[in-house]
Amino acid sequence: MSNFQKNPEVVISPASGAIVSPIASRLEKVQWWLLAVILAGLLALYFILTDEQMTRVFFAVAGYVPFDPTQPGTTGAITLLTRGIGITLRTALSAYLLAVTIGLLVGLARVSSNPIINNLASLYVEIIRGVPILVLLLYIAFVVVPIVADALGLSTRDFPNEVRVIVGLGIAYGAFESEIFRAGIQSIERGQMEAARALGMNYFQAMRHIILPQAIRRVLPALGNDFIAMLKDSSLVSVLGVSDITQLAKLYASSTFLFFQTYSLLGLIYLTLTITLSRGVRWLEMRLSQDRR
Amino acid sequence: MSDDIIIIEHLVKQFKNLRAVDDVSLRVGRGKVLVIIGPSGSGKSTVLRCINHLETPTSGLIMVDGIHVDAKASHINAVRAEVGMVFQQFNLFPHLTVLDNVCIAQRVVRGRPAEECRRVALTQLERVGIPEKASAYPSQLSGGQQQRVAIARALAMNPKIMLFDEPTSALDPEMIKEVLDVMQDLARSGMTMVCVTHEMGFARNAADEIVFMDKGKIVEQGDPETFYTNPREERTRAFLSQILH
Ligand SMILES: Nc1ncnc2c1ncn2[C@@H]1O[C@H](COP(=O)(O)OP(=O)(O)OP(=O)(O)O)[C@@H](O)[C@H]1O
Ligand SMILES: [Mg+2]
Repeated sequence: MSNFQKNPEVVISPASGAIVSPIASRLEKVQWWLLAVILAGLLALYFILTDEQMTRVFFAVAGYVPFDPTQPGTTGAITLLTRGIGITLRTALSAYLLAVTIGLLVGLARVSSNPIINNLASLYVEIIRGVPILVLLLYIAFVVVPIVADALGLSTRDFPNEVRVIVGLGIAYGAFESEIFRAGIQSIERGQMEAARALGMNYFQAMRHIILPQAIRRVLPALGNDFIAMLKDSSLVSVLGVSDITQLAKLYASSTFLFFQTYSLLGLIYLTLTITLSRGVRWLEMRLSQDRR
Repeated sequence: MSDDIIIIEHLVKQFKNLRAVDDVSLRVGRGKVLVIIGPSGSGKSTVLRCINHLETPTSGLIMVDGIHVDAKASHINAVRAEVGMVFQQFNLFPHLTVLDNVCIAQRVVRGRPAEECRRVALTQLERVGIPEKASAYPSQLSGGQQQRVAIARALAMNPKIMLFDEPTSALDPEMIKEVLDVMQDLARSGMTMVCVTHEMGFARNAADEIVFMDKGKIVEQGDPETFYTNPREERTRAFLSQILH
């Protein structure tokens, strides 16, 4: 290899074929869209910090009730845990954990050679994937939960809306996650299972120690992407009256008529969360491909 | 009572409309080395894989060290615990280090404590000549080294029988010898072995018996000397002239 090719300071532009300066080549690589989003975020932050009205809008959407010494328990930072952003994050995270658990079990069932288990799992996946998530949420909250409550001899009030939403989202996303796990398991070469079995492991031991560790590594980025999707879909809980950031924004906007400010801020809050997370997923993807074994 | 550790009688394996193994009967004595050769698709691998029940026979009887290999899970696991297998594609576990590759089944299947697993693993890695690679990952090894790790992994379970399915045919020529040397040592140590391989040097040095298969049937079998120098069957001669060209 010649020195010329090794020299990182000299770059040949892929577009023109001309030798361009290092600065110009770096400019080609900058992710302008990301800069634009960050700029918008900073601008919003500036207004939130300097403009009293924007501060109020932000507190309302995030679910923050300013500290009031006469009601110390229900005001101040604690409100962020019980309303708004706290609910959004908690719902998304709980539903996601439920979805991944369901997904792993159903994914294993889908690759099972037992026809009953296999067919039951396929039935679940096909039904769930064929129904809009919103319809599914309504169905679980207002049809399934009352039936279950009845069967258990409980009142429907024992199932708070937040719990219904978590179960609904978990069941809905469980179908997607199960497809991810199934694809991951099936992407592992046949020889791995055979080698494990030949060493005397039973099917479950081979799955647990040989197949799943490799399969999960391969699907981590896909699982991460679904957490981002879940975070966005958690906004659907507002239709059940759960006070997540979307619900709070809806209430605030309709009582103040500050639609532009409220919904712009709401969108920016989601963007901040999702873009941060998707950067994290990209980073994970890069690390996994670096030490690919 | 004879001392045949593997008894195969009238083994048949049918894949949809293909009879991969067609009425094969074989016996392997304790401590003996059997080499199976034959053209591609003749059913060699399938016979081997029926012995540890990676394939379920369509009909016929297989006994391994007195255990009837049928569909009963407890029998299959008992047999697999006594039979080690080495594959053409090595099939090492890529997410585990060499040491863990050799330890995992000892721990999971045999329930050995970690310290013992490690000791056994290092002994076996020593035996196949690569103790210094214990902390490497499979992808960092050459093909020959990977195959030797695969042998060590099987040996760590203290099998009574070792099955080899074309262990050197995925290797570059310069690595074949290091694997064959390990196999030869193993044969000398008194291990019962069934090897599918076309390496004539190995077969002549180590084998007690050679079986030639074609189209799912055994065409000819005998001791290596007579087999290679003076085969009876025309088909055997044609095949030998092909692999020796
Ligand atoms: N799982 C399977 N399903 C269908 N057919 C199979 C299966 N496994 C093997 N066969 C077929 O059975 C026949 C015998 O296969 P086998 O692998 O035993 O041959 P082999 O002698 O080992 O050949 P090779 O030298 O190519 O490894 C082949 O025609 C093969 O295509
Ligand atoms: Mg074969």
